[in-house]
Amino acid sequence: MELLFCACLGVLIACGIYLMLRGRTFPVIMGLTLLGYAVNMFLFVSGRLKTNLPAVISPDQAQYTDPLPQALVLTAIVIGFAMVAFVVVLALRASGELGSDHVDGGEEKKS
Amino acid sequence: MNLALIPLLPLLGAVIPSLFRNRSLNAIAAGVVAGLSLLLLLSQAPAVFSGEMPLASWSWIPAIGLNFAFRVSGFGFLFALLILVIGLLIILYARYYIAAQDPMGRFYTYLLLFMGSMLGIVLSENLILLMMFWELTSISSFLLIGFWSYRTDAREGARMALVITGGGGLAMIAGFILLGTIVGSFDLTTVLASKEILHAHHLYPVTLVLILLGAFTKSAQFPFQFWLPHAMAAPTPVSAYLHSATMVKAGVFLLALMFPVLSGSPLWFYIVTPIGLITLMFAAYMAMFKDDLKGLLAYSTVSHLGLITLLLGLGSPLAAFTAVFHILNHATFKAGLFMLAGIIDHETGTRDMKRLSGLWKYMPVTATLTMVGCAAMAGVPLFNGFLSKEMFLAETLQPNLFGGLSWIVPLGATLAAIFAVAYSIRMVHDVFFKEPFTDLPKKPHEPPHGMRLPAEILMTLCVLVGLFPMTLAAPLVQVAAGSILGEATPDYHIAIWHGLNMALALSVIALIGGALFYVQRLRLFDSDRWFGRYCDGKAHFEAFVSGLVHGGRTLTGAMENGSLQRYMALLVGAVVVLGASPFLGSSAPFLGSLGLSAVDPVTLIMGLVLIFCAVATAVNHRNRILAIIMLGTVGLLVSLAFIRFSAPDLALTQISVEVVTIILLMMALHLLPRTTPVESTPARRWRDIILSVAAGGGAAALMMAVLTRPYDTIAGYFLENSKPGGGGTNVVNVILVDFRGFDTMGEITVLVIAALVIYALLHNFDLKAPQTDMFGCLWTSDRFPMILAQITRPLLPLALLFAAYIFLRGHNEPGGGFIAGLIAASVLILQYVASGIVWTRPRLSVDNHVIMACGLIVAVLTGVGSWLVGYPFLTSTFTYLSWPLVGKFEVASAIAFDLGVFLAVVGSVMLILVKLGSMNSADAETVSPTAQKEKEEKRGTH
Repeated sequence: MELLFCACLGVLIACGIYLMLRGRTFPVIMGLTLLGYAVNMFLFVSGRLKTNLPAVISPDQAQYTDPLPQALVLTAIVIGFAMVAFVVVLALRASGELGSDHVDGGEEKKS
Repeated sequence: MNLALIPLLPLLGAVIPSLFRNRSLNAIAAGVVAGLSLLLLLSQAPAVFSGEMPLASWSWIPAIGLNFAFRVSGFGFLFALLILVIGLLIILYARYYIAAQDPMGRFYTYLLLFMGSMLGIVLSENLILLMMFWELTSISSFLLIGFWSYRTDAREGARMALVITGGGGLAMIAGFILLGTIVGSFDLTTVLASKEILHAHHLYPVTLVLILLGAFTKSAQFPFQFWLPHAMAAPTPVSAYLHSATMVKAGVFLLALMFPVLSGSPLWFYIVTPIGLITLMFAAYMAMFKDDLKGLLAYSTVSHLGLITLLLGLGSPLAAFTAVFHILNHATFKAGLFMLAGIIDHETGTRDMKRLSGLWKYMPVTATLTMVGCAAMAGVPLFNGFLSKEMFLAETLQPNLFGGLSWIVPLGATLAAIFAVAYSIRMVHDVFFKEPFTDLPKKPHEPPHGMRLPAEILMTLCVLVGLFPMTLAAPLVQVAAGSILGEATPDYHIAIWHGLNMALALSVIALIGGALFYVQRLRLFDSDRWFGRYCDGKAHFEAFVSGLVHGGRTLTGAMENGSLQRYMALLVGAVVVLGASPFLGSSAPFLGSLGLSAVDPVTLIMGLVLIFCAVATAVNHRNRILAIIMLGTVGLLVSLAFIRFSAPDLALTQISVEVVTIILLMMALHLLPRTTPVESTPARRWRDIILSVAAGGGAAALMMAVLTRPYDTIAGYFLENSKPGGGGTNVVNVILVDFRGFDTMGEITVLVIAALVIYALLHNFDLKAPQTDMFGCLWTSDRFPMILAQITRPLLPLALLFAAYIFLRGHNEPGGGFIAGLIAASVLILQYVASGIVWTRPRLSVDNHVIMACGLIVAVLTGVGSWLVGYPFLTSTFTYLSWPLVGKFEVASAIAFDLGVFLAVVGSVMLILVKLGSMNSADAETVSPTAQKEKEEKRGTH
């Protein structure tokens, strides 16, 4: 299970970084979103993988998963949305002002 | 306090001269400040002469051993006296020297700053404090040397002085930190008494070399001598002050100060003695051939500093005693000679000795004074320079660590003395005698008396000390040397006549040889042309600096070419390399000992789908709509992963965030190109693939390493106290609103700020949306499909009720303010999507800014509320109420906080999406109800 989880994580990060290395704003935003998923999962899994042990106190349950990374990741997801929204708007504004959606604000100079 | 005021008065009073417009008032103000400082110093004299060392200390930053502490040792007293007395004379002299068009007030401000910094050096009791003053002298001398900042040579000279002395200062700081750490204290008194500890330590050589670097650069010792002659671009009062008595003496001051703790080892001797000897000879030789009066004096100064360094390097108590005496003598005659050179320059318009000649007739008093100074410089009997020079020659004759080569020292010293006599004669003979001058810019005459007075005072001192050394100088020198040498201080009788001995013979050789040398000098000029050109370090220095600048530019240009893509690649590459490097050299097993758990088929399939969709997003990124669909699938699978691994709250949050994120991306895509052009070369793509695979693989491997190791968590505390302490069974929610409530408050604040920034970015900004889709077809005219609109409207109250349910149960079951807020926001947005902004906006007329602000206010007020009942910020309480129908229900104050979170989330998400949605210029025309009304009215009138 751990191996599968790590593989997913690695693929997410690799795809995210590949997209972030592209030259146009939109792929970069998508890459950032993918990387955001990966980072959230990375944080989350530091509390280890537990099946059917949600951290909701009940008398029938003797063990619980670690609630702390979950609380951290929950706010991280919301903040991640705010950040993606911000970058999106920045990209829109930049393309409106500069007339290009290239990350450098203009077409790449062939040198 | 009086003690600390000695350096602080000039530093604090430095602004005062700048307050006046009148040049004389400027000078008087500076003089009063320096004079007060001198009086304070003299009030310490009785204590110093009775062998005490007044101390004043305040703790400043004890953690790094920094005390604001001052001391007046005998040696410090001698130096402070030189600084203040010569400083006062310079102030008087500069009043006449600085031209009317130059800013006089600023000059005195710099001068006082410098004076205060120098006093700080010589009176500091703490090494760190000393370093600070040391750096201050570098900076204030930079300002002084570059005073005529419109002149290139002044700027270059100032820059060179700053780089060399500042660089040496850095080395010295390192040395001092080592010294303080080895000895265990930065207090000078302790440090000076710790010779054994330091010498036994294996870092002693490093410490010694670093501190010596600081001293040698400051005192212009070989091979750093070249900055001093170029600092002659400064106004002459500055040269007279900085380059005779003070700044360059700071280096030898430090050598002498540290003499008790640093010296006494062969290493000290083998470094300091040769450096001193080379500097002494080389600079004396160069001085003979300088046509510039100040250049001659500058090289002469370097040579005399070498002499003092050599004496300190020899290491015997009497040598150190002589060094102190020579510091005093040299300061007296050299400051005076600089002033006289300035007078000649001022009254004739040139300091070129090839043009100056026969001035005796025009300025006899100046000529006489110059002769006295040059006699002292050359070491002619009955002048003060003779006394210390003869003592010096006697010291060089002592056997030393060079063993069989010991004779090198007296030989070199005598040669240097011959050169010194030659250049002294030249300065007198070339300028005042020889044939009458032919081309001088001005007709020479005697300067105003005030300008000559300081030189008169100094030259009188030269003669008086030369005649009555035991009365005038010996007590001061004795007490100064005593503070360095302690009990080893020789009880030396300074006298003009010591009988016929070797030192006297060397003095006589120097005088006669020097005279001969001067007569024969024309034959030597040719050899100088070669020697002089290659021995000026300036060219090497400039080449070095421009090489550095060029190298820096090349490196910057290579790394920073303006391409964000390249920065990103460099960043990722650096992270991969730095992240991998600790593992490559390590022999410990990479994976831990824990075994892996089994995989069930459903999870396996879901994992594979996630991998597929993530890769598909990357592969299809040119087709942006397809990529968004893939991206959305990844997000949904991530939320499934959360629920699979016991995190229902996260799953709920992720899935609702996913909805709004995809809406957001779709709206952005409406305004951006639908496809991405092919730009990257295959090579670039392969580079990126390798980089990203390396990063992803590294992260996955790291995660494996973490997961296969046992772990320890602080979760137990939260699990135990969630119900009894926070009143809720959903531990994740209790952590958010209670245990870590302050964090959550910060986070919703960030969210609100982000929303506001987005609003500001989009305000008054218009972007044309394309009229056709990616295949060139017009958009459908049926913009808001009826079925969707009809379904979403009744859905709204149901969904809001569901949000309320999720919100209320959040404390005990998965749910809470964040999730409820996202659900409410997405269902509200759905109304906009289904029915359009024109229909929805008047019906949802609440301002999102207000909702957002209310959310923050509620959250903060909940926190403040606990203050009112005497608890810390954000303390929560709870109780149970019995409600009809619902039954027993728990009410916690945390729920009010969660309500704040809810409102903030709803407000900011709505604000972002509605603002973005109303951006489209096609919609914008119909957005404003008033605009529409106007349109209709117009139609009506027609």
